Amino acid sequence: MRRMLEQEYDVIVIGGGPAGLSAATKAVEKGLKTMLLENREMLGGIPLQCIHTGFGVHCLKEDLTGTEFIARLIDRAERLGVESLVRTHVLSINIESLREKTVYAVSPKGLLKIRVKAIIYAAGARERHQFEVGLTGDRPDGVYTAGEAQALMDVYGVLPGRRIVILGSGDVGLIMARRFAMEKAEVKAVIEALPYPGGLTRNVVQCLQDFDIPLYLSHMVREVRGHDRVEKVVVTRVNGEMKPVEGSEFEVECDTLIVSAGLRPDIDLLEKMGVKTDPATGGPVVNEFYETSLPLVFTAGNALVINDLVDYDVEQGEAAATFASKLLDNYETPTINWRQVYRGRNIRLVVPQLVSGTMDVLFYARVQHPENNVNITIRETGFKRRLLRVKPGEMIRIRVPVEELAGLNGEKLIFEVVE
Amino acid sequence: MTRIEEYTCIVCPAGCLLKVLTDQNHIVKVDGAGCQRGVEYASQEFSDPRRMVFTVIKVRNGELPTVSVKTSRPIPKKHVFTLMRMLASIELEAPVEIGDVVLKDAYGADVIATRRVGRLKKPVCCSD
Amino acid sequence: MAGETRVAIIGAGVIGASIARVLSRFENLQVYVLEKNYDVGGSASRANTSVIHPGHEEDPDTHPLRARLCVEGNALWRRWCSELEVTAKWVGELMLFERGEEEKEAEKYVELARRNKVGGVRIVQGRELLAMDESVNRNVEGGVYAPTAGLISPFEAVVALIENAVDNGVKLFTETHVKSIVVRNSTVVGVDTNSGFIEADIVINAAGLNADEVSRAAGVEPWFKIKPRKGEYIIFDKDAEPRPRLVLHTMPSTITKGVYALTTVHGNLMIGPTAKDLDYDSKEDTSTSSEGLDYLMKEAGRIFAKTPSRSQIIKFFAGLRPEPSDGEWLIKAYFEPYGFINVAGIRSPGLTAAPAIAYYVSSLLSETYGFKLVEKPGWKPLRRRITPVSEMDYANLDKHIGENPNYGEIVCFCNNVSRAEISEAIERMRTIGVKTVTFDGVKLRTTAGFGKCQASRCRIRVALLISEATGIPLCRVALKRSSIGIGGVKTLWMEREGNAQDA
Repeated sequence: MRRMLEQEYDVIVIGGGPAGLSAATKAVEKGLKTMLLENREMLGGIPLQCIHTGFGVHCLKEDLTGTEFIARLIDRAERLGVESLVRTHVLSINIESLREKTVYAVSPKGLLKIRVKAIIYAAGARERHQFEVGLTGDRPDGVYTAGEAQALMDVYGVLPGRRIVILGSGDVGLIMARRFAMEKAEVKAVIEALPYPGGLTRNVVQCLQDFDIPLYLSHMVREVRGHDRVEKVVVTRVNGEMKPVEGSEFEVECDTLIVSAGLRPDIDLLEKMGVKTDPATGGPVVNEFYETSLPLVFTAGNALVINDLVDYDVEQGEAAATFASKLLDNYETPTINWRQVYRGRNIRLVVPQLVSGTMDVLFYARVQHPENNVNITIRETGFKRRLLRVKPGEMIRIRVPVEELAGLNGEKLIFEVVE
Repeated sequence: MTRIEEYTCIVCPAGCLLKVLTDQNHIVKVDGAGCQRGVEYASQEFSDPRRMVFTVIKVRNGELPTVSVKTSRPIPKKHVFTLMRMLASIELEAPVEIGDVVLKDAYGADVIATRRVGRLKKPVCCSD
Repeated sequence: MAGETRVAIIGAGVIGASIARVLSRFENLQVYVLEKNYDVGGSASRANTSVIHPGHEEDPDTHPLRARLCVEGNALWRRWCSELEVTAKWVGELMLFERGEEEKEAEKYVELARRNKVGGVRIVQGRELLAMDESVNRNVEGGVYAPTAGLISPFEAVVALIENAVDNGVKLFTETHVKSIVVRNSTVVGVDTNSGFIEADIVINAAGLNADEVSRAAGVEPWFKIKPRKGEYIIFDKDAEPRPRLVLHTMPSTITKGVYALTTVHGNLMIGPTAKDLDYDSKEDTSTSSEGLDYLMKEAGRIFAKTPSRSQIIKFFAGLRPEPSDGEWLIKAYFEPYGFINVAGIRSPGLTAAPAIAYYVSSLLSETYGFKLVEKPGWKPLRRRITPVSEMDYANLDKHIGENPNYGEIVCFCNNVSRAEISEAIERMRTIGVKTVTFDGVKLRTTAGFGKCQASRCRIRVALLISEATGIPLCRVALKRSSIGIGGVKTLWMEREGNAQDA
């Protein structure tokens, strides 16, 4: 006797973090029969462990902690009657036809077989670990990614160690430096490979300078040493090409190494389905509808592109749901002459990668290296927007109105930074 | 005697570099602020630097072993660690709601809970 | 019990575990396995190439025992893997050679195969070679094909052996370090350990890297020294290409068996080992190096048509193998002291020969000491593995969840490992006698933490389950050899409270 619980929905949202919650809430508002699937024990995602403010400044006009912000999103979703299941992990998705897909998910209730028309994939990102950054040496206990250390401390109340070295000066690493210092751990150093900090200057001030934590720019951690537990790390200076400078090695004694080397979209499920990905973002290629190369499969949030501000996750989640609703009514994707957006000078990544030229587009982009007093342009159309300062660690969010996307003659659309 | 102090404003992500011209105990001029809040920050930072405090506090019998807390407004920088020491020995009983006051009138601010922690019969045991 | 001969096996690596399983079959033997670490698996047995060799690389003239036991072991593992439900893939291997010197060498192995009675070994080239495995570099001249090569998960095998042995009456003592062998009137009476004296009539030295020290402690073979030989390995993501169908490797040299490239039983591309001899006293140095990484990637380029991408490396580790000073296995039962048996210096093909070595040691018990080997009625040959959700079809999975909802809660999202499997792994560790349950032990029994994210998402969740099962507070749950944290988040503040005067 088969126990599989079979159900039918218009939209399944995979991932109950800020992007997924926003997408599911918007989908319900649009009248779609929606189900939100979350594989952890509670809704909320990463903001559940973010106890510092900086969340919701744009979308709620309030400066909240991650924990407060996500409670607002969860409350709103519940008030609007969003259906959700926790401890439910999607194993596979079958595509039968345009509006017929089957999602197989596992939960303590049994195996779920859900027939659905559209999918919004908002399962977020995973962290780069020590082997991805090429660390060699011993493999002792005491090496954690920054997010893991954050969950350990700020959800589960466990202090990972006493003497800390942090690899990477992105915002997460800087925030964790402050956390450790506040709990009286000794943060011996923050090591950054680039010649400038990865995170916001304000975080360098309030997380490092406030606590006299040394920041080593143009340095890399090469090796970890320790038998049972981390005992020290070997640090070296690097040159302009990120190559170690001979003879510049020194050791830093510590018992904990925090690897804060960035995030990558976690899209295994979509890759197994053959989705087209963008090596620049690590996420799926999407059109301006947030639709991936798989018809009526949308993506938003960190699963699409690593966002700095949670407000962008919310924005993308809502947009994906709005477009999903539109396209379910009238599936115009195949009728559109899609134009590919190319990355020009000093653009490291840009989404969406495909535009129609028939509506406003909100672009999210990052530069390769910092610059001052520049213009973001779309070469083909002459669109130009002045920016005082661009940095790789600060996402550029730019709305290009349809009039300034018009005048597309050929196929190429080059998004770039000029003087 | 005049001198120039430099601060990076931490009020918003822009992080404007503020150049503050001071004359002994007062500010003559603030340059580089992108908005009025930056000017206010410069003044505050010069006379009485303040910081927000974010940490977690132990919770008994809750679905999570900690609750995240924040100060309701920035407190004088010189009192941050004293406040942290006070918070280290506080233990709350679940349930805890967002906005619950954990400590009242601590150096000009309240310490309030920022996470909901429901009550659980079988709590997670995390520390000695 | 009267009439029972007590046997203490020092070391719970694959050799000690195999001996324990074999000896557990016999009447009148009480077997103890003494392991100094938190968990079974030893050192070399945890980090090796995981290949069950066919035996065509062993010279029966210079190393007759090795040649014989390697071929016997290969055959025995087939039965053992089936009885113990240890995952094995009998894929065959290709020893790749380039034109010139290597080509002549290759013929030598075909001849050795014939002499060792290893079936099916022949040279393949050109289209036939590519049809067997199209990932091979087109510059390769040919390969020595040996169909009886296999792959297992060595740690899984040791766990299975110990579980089965314990099920059949063997007792495991973890965190037990042998300090000396106690001899009275030239006869072994027991071992002195950090947790006291353990009586034993027979002491079997299967202490791997430290077997030379144990041998000296028994007063035998003072010249015998073991050098640690380090081998580094790279593991790639399951999505990485290429995915060799057979076990591929370069030609052996005087010190190595060549560099191997294979798809592990878990589905990951693995390349290695390097081979570097360390000092006698560096028996704990399992560090990796960027030179090792570069060397292996270079060799990968020689083996494969398409070199795998460095960006898909998920793990880079090293293991130490015990290299005896004269290159020979030291398997001997002594009269002085009576009852001491060396099973030392078991270098390659140690993993392959392990079952055969175990039977050989049991025959030493009877031949040297006149012990009568009587098979126990009711000896249990079978051991069941932990059923992984990742291998279940949906109907089967649904059924399992109906019986135990914890099969439906996924803890390791990279490898789809369920809460039920993790709880069972913890339970089994306690059943065999592991005193300190570690995250590492759970990882090696379930593959939780072995995936793309390298446990950055599931380490805490597994540790919580260990905490729940054992009552140990989360902060003190052991990862591998030390705990996940130094205490609660306010530990350092509380320490200062205690030293308020010094603040």
